[in-house]
Amino acid sequence: MNKFLKLYIDGIRNMPQWGRTVWIIIFIKLLIFFVVMKLLFFPNILNKYQNDKEKSDYVIEHICQPKK
Amino acid sequence: MFDSLNLSLVDWSRVQFALTAMYHWLFVPLTLGLSFIIAFIETKYYRTGDEEWKKLTKFWMRIFGVNFAIGVATGLILEFEFGTNWSNYSWFVGDIFGAPLAIEGIMAFFMETIFIAVMFFGWEKVSKRFHLLSTWLTAIGSSLSALWILVANAWMQNPVGMRFNPDTVRNEMIDFWAVLFSPTAISKFTHTLLSSFVLASIFVVGVSAWYLLKNRHIIESKRSMKIASVFGLIAIVLTIYTGDTSARDVASTQPMKFAAMEAHFVGRNGAPLKAFGITRDVEGALRNMDKDPMLMSIELPGVLSFLTDYHFDSFVPGIKDLLYGNENKNIISVFDKIERGYIAQQSLLDYKKAIKEGDFTQSDFLRTQFEDRNWTNKYFKYFGYGSYFSEDKAVQSENVFKVVPPISISFYTFHIMVFLGLWFMVLFIVILFLLKKDILQKYRWILWAALFTIPLSYIASESGWVISEVGRQPWIIQDLMTTSQAVTHIETYPVMLTCMLFALIFTALLVADIKIIINQIKIGIEPKAKKIEPKTTKSSIESKSKINKKED
Repeated sequence: MNKFLKLYIDGIRNMPQWGRTVWIIIFIKLLIFFVVMKLLFFPNILNKYQNDKEKSDYVIEHICQPKK
Repeated sequence: MFDSLNLSLVDWSRVQFALTAMYHWLFVPLTLGLSFIIAFIETKYYRTGDEEWKKLTKFWMRIFGVNFAIGVATGLILEFEFGTNWSNYSWFVGDIFGAPLAIEGIMAFFMETIFIAVMFFGWEKVSKRFHLLSTWLTAIGSSLSALWILVANAWMQNPVGMRFNPDTVRNEMIDFWAVLFSPTAISKFTHTLLSSFVLASIFVVGVSAWYLLKNRHIIESKRSMKIASVFGLIAIVLTIYTGDTSARDVASTQPMKFAAMEAHFVGRNGAPLKAFGITRDVEGALRNMDKDPMLMSIELPGVLSFLTDYHFDSFVPGIKDLLYGNENKNIISVFDKIERGYIAQQSLLDYKKAIKEGDFTQSDFLRTQFEDRNWTNKYFKYFGYGSYFSEDKAVQSENVFKVVPPISISFYTFHIMVFLGLWFMVLFIVILFLLKKDILQKYRWILWAALFTIPLSYIASESGWVISEVGRQPWIIQDLMTTSQAVTHIETYPVMLTCMLFALIFTALLVADIKIIINQIKIGIEPKAKKIEPKTTKSSIESKSKINKKED
C-alpha cells in the first residue's frame, strides 16, 4: 500500500504542465458536481418521507390512475 | 391526473437527462477503445524492446489520460438525476438498477484507480511485465465497469428476472443471472463496447493520418494506423454482427421501436427493408394508414423479414398492427393493453386500500394476484399502459397514439448509424490495403477522409444511443412505466436551470478536452526536452571577458 501511494505521490510531483492543468480541471469539476450541484440542485425528494410505507404511498399516487 | 401533469416538466427532465448522457458518452467510448489500442502497442514494445514503441505507447497514453480525466465523474451526474428528477422510477426499479450501478462504481474505482496509477506513474519503477499487465487490466477493468450500466439499461428495455412487490411498490430482483444474461443485456453490452472500439480506432487512424499529411512521425503513424485499422476492422465486423442480433432482439421485445426505426407502418409477409428513405407527415400517416409516410424510399424486398427471423416470407408487424391489433397474428391492440394496465393499477390501489382498512380477506386475495404468473402476464405486464386510460373512450382512442415513439428521429438516426458503420469498414479495409502496399501517403484524399471521419464516428456513436432511448419512448421501463409516470413532481424552473448549467459546464469541459488533446497532438509523439539556457550573471560576464583577454 505504501509503495502504491508513493507511486501516486511521485507521479503527481513529477507531472508535466499539461497534467497539472488536467488535474486542476478535474478538481474544479468535482467541486462543482459534488458541492455546488449535489447540495443546491439535487435533493432526493423521497428522503423527506420517514419510512418505506410513506415513500411507496407517494409513488403509488403518481404512477396509478386514481379511481373514478 | 396524467393529462394535467406539466408536460414541460417531463420534457425538460428528459432534455436534461439526454444532455447529460450524450455529453458523458462523448468521453467514454474513446476511453474504452483507446485503452485496448494502448495495450496492443505496449505489447509490441514488450515483445520487441524497441524504444520507439515505448514512445508511441506514452503518446497515446497522454491522449487517453486527458480524455479519461475530463470524462471522469460526468456519469455521476446521471445518478444524481435519478434521485431528483426520476424519483418514482428510482423507487419502482428497486435494487435492480441500484445494484449494477453500485458494482460499476466500485469496480471502476478499484480497478482503474490502482492500475491506471501504475500505467501512468510506473514507468521505470515497476517491471516491464507488471506495467504491461497494469495496462491490460486498465483496459479490461474499464470494459467490465461499462458492463453493469449497460445491464441496467438493458433491463429498462426488457424487464426480466424480477417480481413486483405490491407492499413496497418496488420491483425485486429474483434472478440475477436472468438480468445479467438476458439476450438484451448481452447484445447491448457487446454492441456498445465494440462500437467504442471502432470509435477509438477511427480516432487513432485519423490523428495518424494528420501526422502523415504533415509529414511528421511517419513510421510511428503508420505503426499506429496498422494496429488501429486491424483492431477497428475486427471491431466493426463484430459491431455489425452484434447490431444485427440486437435488432432481432428489439423486434421481439420492443416491436414498436423496431417498426419505428424501420418506418414499417403496415405489417406484411415478405416485408421489405427500407435501405434509404425520406419520411413525410408521419403523424398524418398514423391516423390514416392509407397515407404513404415516405416521400421516397429504396426498398429491398423481403429483406426485413429475413433479418427478423431468417425467412424471406415471415410476417413482420407494422405500427398499424401494434396499435390496432391483429387477431390473426395474436397481437393485442394498444386499446386492450390500456384496459389491462388499468386493471393492474386499480388492483394495486385496491390492495393498498384493503390493507389500510384492515380487510385482510380482500388484501390476501389481491396479493395472490400479484404472485400469480398468469395474472401478471395478462395484466401487470401492461401496468404502464394504464396511465393512458380514460372513461371517455374517444380520449382513450387518441391516447393510443402516445405509445408510438418519434418515427422520423428513430428512422434517420438508425440509418445514419448503419451507413456510417459501413463507411468505417470500407475505410479500414482501404487503409490496410494501402499500408500493405506502402503507398498510403500517395493518396492524400484518403488521409483527409480518415481525419474527417473522426467526428463522423462520434455522430454514429451518439446516433446509436438516440435510437435506443428515443425509440423506447414513451417507456422508461418497457410497458411497465412511462416517462410521465417516472418523473418527480417538482417545479420546472430548477430543472430548466440545471439543464442550462449542465450545457455550460459540459461544453466548457468538452472545449478543454479538445483543446488539450489537440495541443498534445500538435506537440507530437515525443515532447521536445526544454533547452536549459545558462544564467547570465555579472561574474560570469567578467570571467568570460578575462578568458577572452587571455586567449588574445
